[in-house]
Amino acid sequence: MNSFQQSVVALASGTLAGFGLCVAQMIDPAKVLNFLDVSGTWDPSLAFVMGGGLVVNALATPFILKRPHPVFAEGFQLPTLTRVDRKIVIGGLLFGTGWGLAGYCPGPIITSVSFANADILTLVLAYVLGTFLARYVLTRKF
Amino acid sequence: MTIVNFTPWSALAGGALIGLAAALLLLLNGRIAGISGIAGGVILPSKGDFFWRALFVLGLVVGGFIYQWLGVGSGVDHIEAVVGRRELVVAGLLVGIGTTVGSGCTSGHGICGLARGSARSLVATLSFMLAGFTTVYIMRHVVGG
Repeated sequence: MNSFQQSVVALASGTLAGFGLCVAQMIDPAKVLNFLDVSGTWDPSLAFVMGGGLVVNALATPFILKRPHPVFAEGFQLPTLTRVDRKIVIGGLLFGTGWGLAGYCPGPIITSVSFANADILTLVLAYVLGTFLARYVLTRKF
Repeated sequence: MTIVNFTPWSALAGGALIGLAAALLLLLNGRIAGISGIAGGVILPSKGDFFWRALFVLGLVVGGFIYQWLGVGSGVDHIEAVVGRRELVVAGLLVGIGTTVGSGCTSGHGICGLARGSARSLVATLSFMLAGFTTVYIMRHVVGG
């Protein structure tokens, strides 16, 4: 399942994404909060980060998915759910509230460990705890 | 409205790198680069695929170290949280719970999902954007006004 090549790819892809988050300055929560502050001090940069990522993926994805299988794996593992349900809206609203409160989404939370201070470690621990509790409740049957 | 600190070129370049990272993960390993989903499988592993997820998460941190080591950033070595400890705890919990319940975050829904034309990802992205804009409006212009 986890071949050597797949492991190298996972590490390289994560490294590239973390580096990209830094280049885009998305690890600076002040910049993220200013993006969300349209009626105050607005910084449109984040829209360009998403736009850049979206364009690259929208161009590459159709070509990639035409292949019979990925280079180092037997098949593509894509999300199977297609129904728009209540969880997707409630989850999005909860996440967005936390995002707007401190200016951190999961990528920058994790990459910020490289800039760690007590505040960032507090945030990371809270994120880990929130994820653990939600996964525990959602995946375990009582 | 005042436009501040707008950095379109570094934003586009960084976004393209994140997009490239996601495209490579899909092309080579057949996986979607949804950061919250990958991290979730490290925080509470479900199936037998803990190892590649842990390496991806480790990479996210290594990418930050490489950036600082190269010294290309202007002032990015002084990244600090801009809200208090209490807000950070609440924010971290909400981001963790919300991305788990909503099956994704800015990368998985906002970049990969929208690129695949997923309706779920569109609704998720609109939901977290709406809540993000509303929260900042309330915190900065109603409560902190």
